[in-house]
This record gives sequence, structure tokens and C-alpha cells, in this order.
Amino acid sequence: MKVFQFTEQPYPQAWDKHNGSLRVNLPNRLLDPHVASDLFHRYYDEWQLADELGLEIMINEHHQTATCMSSACVITLAVLSRITKRARLLVLGYPIANRPDPLRAAEELATIDVISRGRLEMGFVKGVPQEVPIANLNPVFQQERFWEAHDFIMKALSSHDEPFNWESENFHYRHVNIWPRPWQQPHPPVWSTTGSKATAKKLGGYGYTMATLGTGYATRPIYDAYREGYREKFRKEAPASRFAYLGFVAIGHNREEARRLGELVLSYPRSSGIVHPPFRNPPGYLSIGDNVRILKGEGKPRSYTKDGRIVDMGKGSVQDLIDAGVLFCGTPDEVYDQIVDFVQHCGGMGNLLMMGHAGPMSHEDTVNNLTLFSKEVLPRLKEFRQPVPEAAAAE
Amino acid sequence: MSAALGGGLRLPSLAGSNLEITERGSGAPLLFLHSGHPTGRMDPAAEIITKLAQDFRVIVPTHPGFGRDPAPANLTTVDDLAYLYLDLLDAMDLSKVILAGVSFGAWIAAEMAVKSTQRLCALVLGNPVGIKVGGRESRDIVDIYSIFDKQIAELAYADAKLGMPDRTKLSEDELTYMAKSRESTARYGWSPYLHNPKLKGRLHRIRIPTLILYGAADRILAQGYGRAFAAAIPGAQYQEIAEAGHFPHLEQPELFARHLTNFVRECVK
Repeated sequence: MKVFQFTEQPYPQAWDKHNGSLRVNLPNRLLDPHVASDLFHRYYDEWQLADELGLEIMINEHHQTATCMSSACVITLAVLSRITKRARLLVLGYPIANRPDPLRAAEELATIDVISRGRLEMGFVKGVPQEVPIANLNPVFQQERFWEAHDFIMKALSSHDEPFNWESENFHYRHVNIWPRPWQQPHPPVWSTTGSKATAKKLGGYGYTMATLGTGYATRPIYDAYREGYREKFRKEAPASRFAYLGFVAIGHNREEARRLGELVLSYPRSSGIVHPPFRNPPGYLSIGDNVRILKGEGKPRSYTKDGRIVDMGKGSVQDLIDAGVLFCGTPDEVYDQIVDFVQHCGGMGNLLMMGHAGPMSHEDTVNNLTLFSKEVLPRLKEFRQPVPEAAAAE
Repeated sequence: MSAALGGGLRLPSLAGSNLEITERGSGAPLLFLHSGHPTGRMDPAAEIITKLAQDFRVIVPTHPGFGRDPAPANLTTVDDLAYLYLDLLDAMDLSKVILAGVSFGAWIAAEMAVKSTQRLCALVLGNPVGIKVGGRESRDIVDIYSIFDKQIAELAYADAKLGMPDRTKLSEDELTYMAKSRESTARYGWSPYLHNPKLKGRLHRIRIPTLILYGAADRILAQGYGRAFAAAIPGAQYQEIAEAGHFPHLEQPELFARHLTNFVRECVK
């Protein structure tokens, strides 16, 4: 199993001044650029440590928010390409449906792959709903635009002989011929995220690595939908390396220390949903059926414990979120057991996307969390025998 | 009342699907184009349609995406809807048509009229959207997708209660139409937001009698928006309706119908 260290590069100093919205409309005068600079450098230091500890790296982007200062994922990737040595660099993800220019995206990704000497893992995502009013591209056609941008970027990365033409509903180019071309051939590995079974099945048909976020003990049906799509296309079982899961990790030498870190790392799910409500449901983002349910005042829970209890990620206790498989928290033995138990539930899962830093966690706490995990849990996870093959035969 | 149209007319741009359409009354043909979110599909039994049907053959289509079926994939802009309804007039072989619309529907009507007035005799626009009036940093039309439903009702109606129906009393169908209206208005009008930057400069092409009916309590549109719309159409008349907001056909249906009927008297002779 691979483990990726992930932080959203937050600006927690503004989190108590949100007035109901940490995203989209939180005035940026609440950010002190000097404090932000120190935070960026600190986060890069922690990723360098992750690289040295044998962890892989995951980064992302969000816009106009104190929860995540990374507003252009390629900037973070560019810095990490140069200052890290061995870690895979996963962007999960690049919100390609919110960008008017996929040619630029292809150029950026190819360049990152070359500078990092082939360490890029290329995640394409639809993005959270509150990004829509910022990008201002029509959310009703987001899905179509996502797949068209995907098709374009994949062709741009893997075409090497002559410029090609692209004229479609969304994008218009006459001479596509990117320089440099990517290091990895035919292209860097592709990832995506979903919470829907229909999309999971489609991703299975592509053979891409699929991640789910916060789905806890409701993950299995989504993975099984992927497996179905994979089986139909490739006539074999999907290997564990095709599955990824984002979980929060807080580890300590004793339970008390771990729980203290658990509270800190949960500041992420407890704050990430604080946004002016109309921005959370742009038109066309959810289906008509889901919107009718919202009009009726009915919610749609995402996280469940093993025994079927619904857990609210934004309000649940440390214990609730451990029970839900959303937080892995405790001593090294406990954390290992929780992860293995979760992987068994999934029927195999080869990539743990570990949020090992969040919110106001100090540098010292983050270093301790990453170091203890890497020394005590990571070696055992690398040895762990997945319930299905770890990688496809041809990999 | 709608079978002949629903089943019989195959409009090229509908890609095989049917236009949902209702007809009521008899007399001069009147094509009525309904508003968008937070209203939407026009109830054929609505008071405004009943009033107009006393004097006219009222034809009320439901814009693709606002009704039972999903919109055909090729219909994505207000321009597409304008051509669709021009095709409809051709297919029905109508002449001397009174073209009326409110808000989003008035935008479609204006886009039709700048393309061709061949089959039209008069144009009536209720609180139209569709043009850019102010500078680049001023918003002419409230961003209804960034505020709460209660705020939309307060800005759109003279009497906000009309815009806040008790949802627990609405049927599954009515809730579905609400959700579709919210999505479909964005489908056609997300960006540029509820306007076509080119339309204002084309309105001079409308050379048929035009009346702007304007619910005076409208706070969805910036002050002066309706007058600016009227000023861009040669000879257009501008008539305010008191105690009505962005949807004067719903808040003051009788007045709306009376103003329209009086205005088109010459044309239907």
C-alpha cells in the first residue's frame, strides 16, 4: 500500500472570523501575506519531511477560501517537483471543468512531469459546488465539459507527431502540439474522485485510480461499481492499486495524545462546510431528484459506521469518526488495525490519502504525526497483503 | 387542447422530442413565453392565461427543460429558443402573431423579434431581462443563485408571500418543476448572466409596435432597466404596473391582460 501525505495548506488564523462563510465571499483582508508566507514555507518543509520518511505526497486546490490557500495546484506541484526527491506527486485534483483553457492544463501537467522526472500522478476532479460561482462556467454542462477537457488533455499529452485540431462545443484550438511532452509514457497515471456509483463504473471502464472522500463504511458499493466497470472492459479483477481513500490520521504514543491530535485534525471537516448556503448548491450540480429532496428538507447522509449508524462528518466526535472509518486515530497498533479493517471492508484498497495535518495543528504536532506513522505503521502497511492483487499484471 | 401541437409538429431543432405546448381560447394568435426561476412552467389554468384566452387564441409552450422531459442536448442558449419558436410559428403557419413574454420569456421574445418580425404584429414584454445596461462593475440583474429563496421572493414580488408557497403543500410534480426551472434558467442564462451582450445593439431592428409592461416594485432588475430596454426599441411604449414586481402577469394578471389587449387593438383588426 502507498500512503500519501495531504494537507489543504489552510489559513486557520481567519477561521474564527467567518461570519457564516469561510469560502467564496470571506474578505481577503483577513489574510496577512506575511503569515501566509510563513505557512506556505512550513507546509513545504513538512512535505519534504514526508518525502524523506517514505510517504508519497498529495496536493489539491480550492478557491477564495481560508480552508485552502492553494488556489493553483500547479504552483504547489512546481515547488515540490524541485524540492522533493522520491515521492509520487499526486494532484487530486485539478478541476478541469472549471477552466476555460485545457491546453494550458496539459502544458502545465507535462512540464511538472518532466521537472519531477516522472513523479506526477494526475487527478482530474469535478470540484466542490462552491467553486462554481467563482469559475462562473455553466454548472449545468459541467459533466460534459469535464469529460471533454479530459479527452482533450489526454490527446494533447499523448500526441507527438504533428499538431492536431480541436473544434467542439466547449473548446477551440487549431494547432495543438505541447512542449515539453510528459516524461511518463504514454501519460502520467490518471486519478479521479467520486461518490456516485454511476461515475465509479465509468472510471472502472477507463482503469483510472478512483478515490472516495469521507465515505467510510459506505465505501464498498462505490468500489464494487468500479469493479464492475473494470471487469467489463479489462476482463479481469481491478487490482487494489486502482482504489484510494481519503482518511484523517492522528497517531500518538498513547491514546490520550492521539485523541488530542484527532480533535485538531477534525478541524478540517468541521470547518470545510462553512459556506454561505446558496453557494453550496449551484444549479445543475445536483440532479433534479436530489434538488426535489432538498426542497422537501430531506438530507442525504454520506458517512456511516460499520453497523449502519449515520455520522455527520462536520459534527461527529473523534470516536464517531473512528467508528465511521473516516478518522484513523490511536496508538500505532490501533491505527494499523483500523486501516486494515477498513481495507478488508473495501475488498482491497491500495492508496491511503492521509490527511495528517489540518487546521491549527502546529509544526511540531505535524512532524510527530508523520514521523510516528512512517516509522511504526507505514512499514507494516507496505507488507500488508491485500485481499485482491496489489497491482495489475502488466503494471 | 394541445394534442395537435404536441403530437403533430416536428420542429427540426427539437431532435425528435416534442414541444410541450397548450392552447386556449380563440381569435388572434398570441404566443406567450413564460418566465424563468423562481417561477417557470406556466400552469395552463393560471389566471393570466384565462384572462387572455377571453380575447385571443393563446399558445403557451413550456421551454425545453422546464417541463416533463429533459431539454434536448442541442438547445443550450436563448438564441436556440428564439429560433425554436420562430420555427414553431412557421410550422403552425401563423401570421399577425402577438408575441408576449415575461422576464426570461421576454428575453426570448426580444431575441425572436430582432431576427424576424415577418409573422408578428405586436410585441409585449413584461419586466424583460436580456440586455446589459450598467457598467462592467455594476450588476443589472440580482444574482438569484447567490441568495436565499426568501430573499428572491422579497426582491421579485410586491407581496413577497406570493413567492413563498408552503412547500409542504406542494405536490411532487410542482416541486420537480421548481427544481427544473432553477436548473433550466441557468442552462440558458448562466453566463453572460441573464443577458446577451449583443442584444441591446440589435433592438433597433424591432419595427413592430412594442409595449414594455413593468411591475414597478421589481427589485430584481436595477432601477431604470425597463426604461432603458424601451428606449432601445424604436417607438416602444413603457407602462408601469403598480403593486407588482418582477412578475406582473402573476401579481396583477387583470391589469397585465387589460394593458396588453388595449395595446394590440390596432394590430388585431
